[in-house]
Amino acid sequence: MDHVSVILFIVGGTALLSLPLGAYMKWAMDPAPGQADRWTGLFQTIGGASADQDWKRYLVTLLVFNVIMFTVTFAILALQQWLPLNPDARGALDPTLVFNTAASFTTNTNLQHYSGEVSMSYLSQLAGLMWLQFVSAATGIAALAALARGIAGRPALGNFLVDVQRASFLVLLPVAVVVALLMVLGGMPMTLQGSAVATTLEGAMQTIARGPVAAFLTIKQLGTNGGGFFGPNATHPLENPTFWTNALAMVAILLIPMACVWMFGRIVGRTKHAAVIFAVMAVFILVKITGSVAFESAPTPAFAELPVSEDTGNLEGKELRLGATTGPLWAVLTTSTSNGSVGAMHDSLNPLTGLMPMAGMWLNATFGGVGVGMINMFLYIVVAVFVAGMMVGRTPEYLGHKIEAKEVRFAVLALFAHAVLILGGTALFAATALGQATVQDPGAHGFSEILYEFSSAAANNGSGFEGLGDGSGPWNIATGIVMLLGRYLPIILPFAIVGSLMAKRRATESAGTLGVEDATFGTMLGLTVVIFGALTFLPAAALGPLAEHFSLP
Amino acid sequence: MSDFISGLRVAAATMAICVAGYTALILGFAQAVTPATANGSLVTNEDGEIVGSRLIAQAFTSPEYFWPRPSAVDYDAAGAGGSNLSPANPELAERAEALIASHGGATEERPIPADLVTASGAGLDPHISLEGALFQAPRVAEARGVAPSVVTAVIRDMAYAPGAFFTEGRIVNVLELNLALDAELAAPAVTE
Repeated sequence: MDHVSVILFIVGGTALLSLPLGAYMKWAMDPAPGQADRWTGLFQTIGGASADQDWKRYLVTLLVFNVIMFTVTFAILALQQWLPLNPDARGALDPTLVFNTAASFTTNTNLQHYSGEVSMSYLSQLAGLMWLQFVSAATGIAALAALARGIAGRPALGNFLVDVQRASFLVLLPVAVVVALLMVLGGMPMTLQGSAVATTLEGAMQTIARGPVAAFLTIKQLGTNGGGFFGPNATHPLENPTFWTNALAMVAILLIPMACVWMFGRIVGRTKHAAVIFAVMAVFILVKITGSVAFESAPTPAFAELPVSEDTGNLEGKELRLGATTGPLWAVLTTSTSNGSVGAMHDSLNPLTGLMPMAGMWLNATFGGVGVGMINMFLYIVVAVFVAGMMVGRTPEYLGHKIEAKEVRFAVLALFAHAVLILGGTALFAATALGQATVQDPGAHGFSEILYEFSSAAANNGSGFEGLGDGSGPWNIATGIVMLLGRYLPIILPFAIVGSLMAKRRATESAGTLGVEDATFGTMLGLTVVIFGALTFLPAAALGPLAEHFSLP
Repeated sequence: MSDFISGLRVAAATMAICVAGYTALILGFAQAVTPATANGSLVTNEDGEIVGSRLIAQAFTSPEYFWPRPSAVDYDAAGAGGSNLSPANPELAERAEALIASHGGATEERPIPADLVTASGAGLDPHISLEGALFQAPRVAEARGVAPSVVTAVIRDMAYAPGAFFTEGRIVNVLELNLALDAELAAPAVTE
């Protein structure tokens, strides 16, 4: 019973909260003439030249800003040993790690090949990493707003530098302040003092790392970033002190990705269409949650022969204060939304449970990352509309836009690139010493570790099967490149699709137009996600988690 | 070029407000309203010395104290982590066998609760289950020379459901339990 109540409380409650937030985000990101003029004026002053942009100009400005983001953080990380706010005297970082980390946080991935409390100064954490947690998430929200304007039939997409400020200052910042204050009240640390040194009751010395955790953790969750202040992320008691901070964190993981769907619907002017998309995403996430919680209630297989009482299922890698549902529930939420923070160690999940987070990253659109999750779903919509149009023998149209060979080619290319990055990378590392030398054990589980790491990088997720020795140069460089391609291809190609749609004359919708507001469309979209998204990865799943499960004694 | 200059201005503005302003606001609130937890929930003894954090497990090995869950990082609170072992990995069984032995054995009739033989995600889980505490009560009572009922009364007094009606089991904070025992019962003889 406790599983059902927790899941309803978290997922249902967040879905309700996402409705008003989605309406607010429409107001903030895409104000109607006369609304929020004061803010727009301010952001135009800060952003300098801020005329409306076509899709190419918008994209160039977005990419230039992301280059600035990468460069600033690269410099802060590379120079941290000489910079202030370093009370525990953290030293220089390996250059490949600096590249990997800067790429990871710029791309909203937050794959971490380091442990925060061991390697990073407070300045690196705040001005380098936390800054990117704001502006990379804002980049995603801005991109979705622009894309929606194009689909809505506006003549221009807006201005990126104005949009990114709207997303940072009007969306992320106020929500983050509210959630961070609640986290502080929930008992989370927030200090700039260095480590505390304790003398334990038995007389040993214990150094306790701490820091400005509450501020960092909050935007990490809200922006689907996921990078932990501490190495073991939200399993660390100082990064997740109680059941209630944990519940709030799970709400924060889901909130903005859910609200993005409503924002999209409102900018496009079709909230019923958004409701169908939302329902499809919700079905996928609930199926994954059900599977994950059921599989994880099985006991730890290694203890089969031992006198161990296991009423609560597999406890390896889990925290007692967070409750039995947290591990498997969080694992699905964090990977369905491209977040990547963890509330239990994914490497120690039962094999079939571990398949659920992988499936979340393969689809990467069942809510998905802030902004970009809805953009990924747009790619599936383009394919679904095209296939449906072919099936009934009509010209495929989406909201009056003709979907033709060019748009479908771009959409399939983006979806295919995701699969190639994951499966290609996994093949390379699983077949050579690059990966083989770094896995924990050589069989199916080791394959899962490699598969998970590339899935996480390509999906801009950031979680990992952390038994993998992924701190090496080859891993840093390979996943760094995969993260960059996995971030920018699925932004560039949808922009090209929308650019192409905007160049064509828009047809008026008639009785013959494929409806996008009913269960038929929802079913079609769901099937497209399963067939294009999931089946591509079935062979890899068979070699990893499925093989491991069926080899259990 | 104008994209670059404008981008730098927006970078500076977001850095100033989302990093400096936001951090200062949350930091100021935390230090003013909840200074104890904001600084790491540290616990001090009557001499004012820090003996640990209420949220961080510390090693306990003497029989008169309750022992925490095992830690893959040996309770290193400056470098936390889990075992990351697959739940089918035989190393988990070997570790569990060693722990069962150190806990004085377990049988089918008196099985050891799973939390005492599984490492947590960060290796710093400050809690054990109520069952895990009751399992250790006879050893602690014997080492302190009191009746087991005295110890179990303290345990039951301190056990709580972490998520109220959302969670079924009850848990106990190990450091607080041991401090309560030291306070209520005579401090144990110093074991060298």
